[in-house]
Amino acid sequence: MGRFIARRLMQLVPTLFGLSILLFIWPRQLPGGPETALLGDRGTPEQLVLIRQSLGLDEPLIVQYGKFLERLARFDLGTSISTRRPVLTEFADRFPATVELTVTAMIIAIGLGIPLGYLAARHRGSILDQLSVGWSLLGVCVPIFFLGYVLKAVGAENLGWFPSTGRQDPTIDATHVTGFYVLDGLLTQEWDASLDALWHLVLPGLTLASIPLAAIVRITRASVIEVLGTEHVRTAEAKGLTDAVLRRRHVLRNAMLPVSTTIGLMTGTLLSGAVLTETVFAFAGIGAFLAQAISELDYPVLMGFILFIALIYVLVNLVVDVSYGLIDPRIRVR
Amino acid sequence: MQAFRAKAVTAAVATAAVLLSAGCAESKRGETTEGDQTLVFGVAADPKMLDPSFAKDGETLRVARQMFETLVQPVPGGTEVEAGLAESWQASPDGLTWTFKIRQGVTFHDGTTLDGAAVCANFDRWFNATGVMQSPDVTGYWQDVFGGFAKNESESLPPSLYKSCAATDAATAVLTLTRTSSKIPSALGLPSFSIHSPAAMQKFGATIGGTTQSVEYPEYVKAHPTGTGPYKFVSWDVAAKRVTLERYDGYWGQKAKIKTVIFTAIPDEAARKQALRSGDIQGYDAVAPADQKPLADEGFNVLMKPAFNILYLGIDQAANPKLKDLRVRQAIAIALNRQALVDSKLPPGAEVATQFIPPTLAGWNADVTKYPYDVTKAKALLKEAGAEGLTLKYYYPTEVQRPYMPSTKDLFEIQKADLEAAGITIQPVPLKWTPDYLAAIRTTSDHDLHMLGWTGDYGDAYNFIGTFFDRPRKDFGFEDQALFDLFKTADAEPDATKRTELYKQLNAKIMETLPAIPISHTPAALVLGKNLTGIKTSPLSSELRLYTAEYTS
Repeated sequence: MGRFIARRLMQLVPTLFGLSILLFIWPRQLPGGPETALLGDRGTPEQLVLIRQSLGLDEPLIVQYGKFLERLARFDLGTSISTRRPVLTEFADRFPATVELTVTAMIIAIGLGIPLGYLAARHRGSILDQLSVGWSLLGVCVPIFFLGYVLKAVGAENLGWFPSTGRQDPTIDATHVTGFYVLDGLLTQEWDASLDALWHLVLPGLTLASIPLAAIVRITRASVIEVLGTEHVRTAEAKGLTDAVLRRRHVLRNAMLPVSTTIGLMTGTLLSGAVLTETVFAFAGIGAFLAQAISELDYPVLMGFILFIALIYVLVNLVVDVSYGLIDPRIRVR
Repeated sequence: MQAFRAKAVTAAVATAAVLLSAGCAESKRGETTEGDQTLVFGVAADPKMLDPSFAKDGETLRVARQMFETLVQPVPGGTEVEAGLAESWQASPDGLTWTFKIRQGVTFHDGTTLDGAAVCANFDRWFNATGVMQSPDVTGYWQDVFGGFAKNESESLPPSLYKSCAATDAATAVLTLTRTSSKIPSALGLPSFSIHSPAAMQKFGATIGGTTQSVEYPEYVKAHPTGTGPYKFVSWDVAAKRVTLERYDGYWGQKAKIKTVIFTAIPDEAARKQALRSGDIQGYDAVAPADQKPLADEGFNVLMKPAFNILYLGIDQAANPKLKDLRVRQAIAIALNRQALVDSKLPPGAEVATQFIPPTLAGWNADVTKYPYDVTKAKALLKEAGAEGLTLKYYYPTEVQRPYMPSTKDLFEIQKADLEAAGITIQPVPLKWTPDYLAAIRTTSDHDLHMLGWTGDYGDAYNFIGTFFDRPRKDFGFEDQALFDLFKTADAEPDATKRTELYKQLNAKIMETLPAIPISHTPAALVLGKNLTGIKTSPLSSELRLYTAEYTS
């Protein structure tokens, strides 16, 4: 297993290298550049030229790329042009928010998705089946920002049960140790801070869960239907096993492979930044930060981001592969 | 089997966590009481840093305004300046020497005392900037107002307007300039010229280092802003996008009524509105025109800020030779039904602009050439100029909202219809605001027409018309040496009354030669929670003083 993981990590190098060239050149071919974002509405043409020069944007692309690689070799991702803070620090500060949101969304999506998918498959063609499939379709079809606004309009504005924005009530003077607010509250025993952070996760978590939920319901349903049709399940049924045992031992376990792949990929997608959800809920994670970096063509941040996403995907795929082995012993042997 | 059981356990724990969170959080709501001592204000973005001297963006300046004060300051609700940290001031007849009487008994948040020497230390800090501090994105307003530095490191920097500052005694600071300028003293009311505690700057280090590529902010700029204002700095949680300020009990003037002020960044406009409605925040700035009435109807305090901006139709004479003909530009002006545009596309309170400065500003001229809507005459003028069947590229920005242009697409459409009615064919060129649009307008010569505007920084006409027309610019593509010279004369006129006369002349001349077409002035709006009062709005965009705010119930 160790060698397997090492080999997968090695494969990362050429992928990242290729990606870095592509993504280095692409944004630089667009008109304008970060200098306009830096100077805002009020920059004069003379100032624009001056800034381009001092940012090194007037140098040939190959020189700029060389400098980028050189810094990368020193694990220096550079400084964000718009916030003036090291890109690495920016990510480190924002990643916990995205992780908290992703975990919440995945817990909701898995907790609801697998049972719903299973029930839909078991009672295929019933009202329950149609409802759960229809509902999950709705999750895919409704644009996420719309869902976010609707949830806020109901949950925050009308009912007043939930906060509408942010990760924590600003008036709570919480101590932040790790940047994971829920965890921080537990560590520092500031229970109210922890609960408040959880409370802030409900609406964005539900919103974001709509994407993986739909996929999980449908994949689980399809996969369970397939397994239900196999001979060993028929045999087990004939043996007179109870429904619960049958479900746990023979159906779900066999149906889990495609589902775990979906879960893994979905987690990767969510971890690489839920741009819309984070923007709608002013949730200060990396998705909202990416949106800002794109609009300002903040090259160092964009570059760092691409590397980061590639890393996340490779790692997630690794975890999925490993989980295959755990679920299906036959894969471990091979 | 083992693995599967592990998974079941995980699922159980997860479910429990969700249930727990729901259950516990419910009990939490009961405990939360909105303390009347805290005001959470929603902003579009974090400040870039905490030192307003190195900032030009409204977010930074708005936060700084609560903590810092300037020598002169805009009168509440207006654009003229009144006494700030300087009780009074006196200019020499030639306008080169300015003597400021410094207010006594004022202390900085670190306990040190404000005196003439402290004021001069600030000017010296700005003037003696080197390296990256001479970059226009760092010292933007210094460069706009004072030009260059003690030792200019780039040839493109002009010689400095600033010569020296001398503290003749504890209560006096004498500012000497190299030439007369229209900008002094009103520009000194900009938050960028806030007076900092020299002791705090010394202690924490206040010199910006690095290169433009990686600017290094010192501790003072990141975490220890020390001014004399009604609020003092407590913390800036960058990850959570939140700045917390607290009442400064040693403030020399009327002390702040609300103890804690928190600025929290909510980039999305609709999200700010929802945050206000659900009570997460108690106010936000730059309310979208479409939201103003609904929010007011719901009982929120929607405060209008007097119009201090201009929306104009830019004309690039270098892009199309036909546009060099005054008659063609006149035809474009009268082809536009600007009143209809204001009535249908702009919020209540907006008005048609007859010139490039708002009527509240000294130098506004009632007698400029006006261009009332007359489509028949427009056609005749075009015919006379041999410009029938004219086709023009109209550049307009997308993904942007400014108080003066709430919806660029709508504003474009209505102008396009007007111009086409006069027989001009319009080729739309929509571009994203940052970075494409601004770069295209400022650095290329392809935009026959373009839509843009400006919000004033401080109360002087030069800040409007000088910004657009005092030198050749790619935006407009014209050379008019006589006009540029008249700007120089006006800028160098020490006598305020005479200068106002010159501004009137300039406005008349601009409206005669018509290098662009002024369209409208639009008021902006600020919204506050239902029980929050005491805030006086200002036409200046970064001007918001929260220390007078109070809760009524």
